[in-house]
Amino acid sequence: MKLPYERPTLRKLTAGALHKFGPRPGAAPTTALDGVPVAELVARFGSPLFVLSERQLRRSYQAAVRAFGTRYPAVQLAWSYKTNYLNAVCRTFHQEGAWAEVVSGMELEKALLNGVPGPHILFNGPGKRRADLERACVVDAVIHLDNADELHLLLDVAAGRAARPRVALRVNLDAGTYPQWDRFGFNLENGEAWQALGRVVASGRLALVGLHCHIGTYVLQPKAYGTAATKLAALALRCQRELHTTIQYLDLGGGFPSTNTLKGAYLPAADTVPALDEYAEAITGALLGAGFPSDELPLLVLEAGRALVDDAGSLIGSVLANKRLADGRRATILDFGVNLLFTSFWYDHHISPTREFSSQTEPTVLYGPLCMNIDQLRESIALPLLAPGDTVVVHKVGAYNMSQWQQFINLRPNVVLIDEAGAVHLIRAAETLEYLQQLERVPEHLL
Amino acid sequence: MKLKPNIATSEAGFIFNPATGDSFAANPLAADILARAKTGLDAAAIKADILARYDVAPGQLEKDWDDLLAQLRDFNLLDQ
Amino acid sequence: MPPSETRPRLTVAVTGLNATDSPGPGVAVIRALRETTDFDLRIIGLSYEALEPGIYLRELVDKTYQLPYPAAGTAALLARLAHIREREEVAVLIPNFDAELFNFIKLEPELRALGIHTFLPTLAQLDARDKLNLAAFGAAHGFGTPASRPMHSAFELPAAAETLGWPLVLKGRYYDAAVVHSLAQAEQAFARLSGLWGVPLIAQAFVAGQEINIAGLGDGHGRCLSAVPMRKLTITDRGKAWAGITLEDEALLALARRFAEATRWRGGFELELIRTASGELVILEINPRFPAWIYLTAAAGQNQPAALLRLALGLPVPMMEGYAVGKMFVRYAWDLITDHTEFQQVAALGEL
Repeated sequence: MKLPYERPTLRKLTAGALHKFGPRPGAAPTTALDGVPVAELVARFGSPLFVLSERQLRRSYQAAVRAFGTRYPAVQLAWSYKTNYLNAVCRTFHQEGAWAEVVSGMELEKALLNGVPGPHILFNGPGKRRADLERACVVDAVIHLDNADELHLLLDVAAGRAARPRVALRVNLDAGTYPQWDRFGFNLENGEAWQALGRVVASGRLALVGLHCHIGTYVLQPKAYGTAATKLAALALRCQRELHTTIQYLDLGGGFPSTNTLKGAYLPAADTVPALDEYAEAITGALLGAGFPSDELPLLVLEAGRALVDDAGSLIGSVLANKRLADGRRATILDFGVNLLFTSFWYDHHISPTREFSSQTEPTVLYGPLCMNIDQLRESIALPLLAPGDTVVVHKVGAYNMSQWQQFINLRPNVVLIDEAGAVHLIRAAETLEYLQQLERVPEHLL
Repeated sequence: MKLKPNIATSEAGFIFNPATGDSFAANPLAADILARAKTGLDAAAIKADILARYDVAPGQLEKDWDDLLAQLRDFNLLDQ
Repeated sequence: MPPSETRPRLTVAVTGLNATDSPGPGVAVIRALRETTDFDLRIIGLSYEALEPGIYLRELVDKTYQLPYPAAGTAALLARLAHIREREEVAVLIPNFDAELFNFIKLEPELRALGIHTFLPTLAQLDARDKLNLAAFGAAHGFGTPASRPMHSAFELPAAAETLGWPLVLKGRYYDAAVVHSLAQAEQAFARLSGLWGVPLIAQAFVAGQEINIAGLGDGHGRCLSAVPMRKLTITDRGKAWAGITLEDEALLALARRFAEATRWRGGFELELIRTASGELVILEINPRFPAWIYLTAAAGQNQPAALLRLALGLPVPMMEGYAVGKMFVRYAWDLITDHTEFQQVAALGEL
């Protein structure tokens, strides 16, 4: 029996300096995902491979419903489609009871194809075209108005229709966070939102049913949501009082952080990100105290995306090569890069080896396989002495990667879902060159 | 592989370069290799011994050997 | 102090061994602890860097272990402390760095389960005195604080200068500050401070006057058990006190008592003040831990670290009355002699 081998390596001993990019702890190996060995997943589906946990998807959804539902009588989650486009994911949430929040005509059709009834689709986004608005009217989706031009376009579309299209007004406001998101919707503080509400009601052609506000992304201050909820509730009460219009729902948007650590953060997110309960407490506390009669509390809608899906996604990848850079630093090239892990631009993802190593680590630059200088996954990470062929697991990659991924230089890999019984389902097959080229047309003279 | 003659290696895997004042920590295999090199054993003999005792393919060992040499050179520990 | 048969043995762990030109308080805390008559102490040093001088002060520190950087998070810290606890019967742990306090406060219950006692402010107290919240804190409790605003980008500098006036004090999120007199200087300082500590920075109006610091100890129920005011006699080019003298001034003691009462402060604290020409006391900063000059409190007759040790163990601590006024400290530099083998032990194995 031979001794286990790890490559010989030296470490220069330094005093170091207290600095925000201090070394992170070495990781314990992740040998299986939801009970399925990583080696088995790679043998069956190749590497790289996205793996989604149905158990975690449902758990996150139920946790969110519980956080808000135990504090407020009427709560509805709307799954934010752009966070993950895979139908298996979308349908899992719809099965749990989620409505759909979409931001384009394409996403609207996707939600309809996933069986979401039109009235349960909330249509956000700053770039709706006339055809999108017409389609939304046909299926009775709720249109969240973003700007005055859109409002007038919709009034035009509504003119010839028997039923009044249902609309909500997207409002941006000062919730005490920085930067203040003011590019979406109508501003509250400068009176623009009130003016638009007046126009919507006075037109007689639209049914105003909701108010919407999304204060930002990865917002770490629950208090800010409380402020937004208070302001939105006051606006709803004013609609009741002065426009004689009952606002049926208040949509507080999303933007809740996951426990992925943002690049440049001093402390890891697992220690600093407030629990969803704290957001729920801030929002529901503000609404319950806003002055609505207790039997006329508006429905609370939340457009959760990242908080529902991030934890459920993992990315398995393999070491292609190790090399040493000109300045002596170690570099490791993986078979996935920013083409698949778009979120590595802003997160320091937690990355685990998949087998036992000694406690020796070496600071390593992580590169993807792209022949492109931007393809760097991590400037420095303390990983065990990985050899070519070793696999790694990147944790909490469920949000945005499977919608913002690219076919740049490499095709997109298999995606599997592990169901609650531990069975593995292929939910998106690895792309082929044929798939990539099927829409291309080569002019006759170039054939 | 020939270390500078005045490089001090300890059993715990510490390496001290008295000419620069730098200290280094070697992992167990690197410490083992350096200790053998100091006794005058040549590269071929050290590698043969590693192949006999450790679970590693010859090709992998060659690559890692080259990388160790690169580190030693980078740290100014080799007799040029 | 000779070991005594009658004094119980106690192991105490202390961080902040970086007694450098911008010193951490650890070595001073240990020096004060060593003067307790309550216990026969074994002192465990906890360091982040291999060249923190306290590691090599073997007559003060019996054994040192390296800790993971605060940025590694609570899980890594707890694992390391559990490992240390298996080797050392640490009964009390005294953290001394601002940047590490969040983690130690979060871990209080877990540490208690390991048998390690602390006596720290709550997260809410820590947050309330944060540089970013200082102005609101002052307004809420009626303390004078300089006008200030958070700065997320260097583009905000002209507006900040307009409202706060020149010179402007720019402060890093955790450490460090610069007094700047022009936009060019401000931009340079902004780049340096944000590069080191991230954003936001804090821009404060400059307040002229005499710099005074108060070291205090709150019992967590609103009582200030000890307060010793000190005026800096000379400072380094980084603004750190190099010599100081204890003062007698009822207004300063009253301020410390009012602070402990308003916040129900738990543990050591330092108030950094300016007394303006008109005698007004303005709080520039509230440090949630002992200052590096804490040994002066022991020398003046109010041994705050030794009292904190008793508080951590749940022992009674009477209000400390009276201290020697005009007691001075003069800091000095001293070259410790050690060997490369000791450095290797710390740097590679994290223990000495």
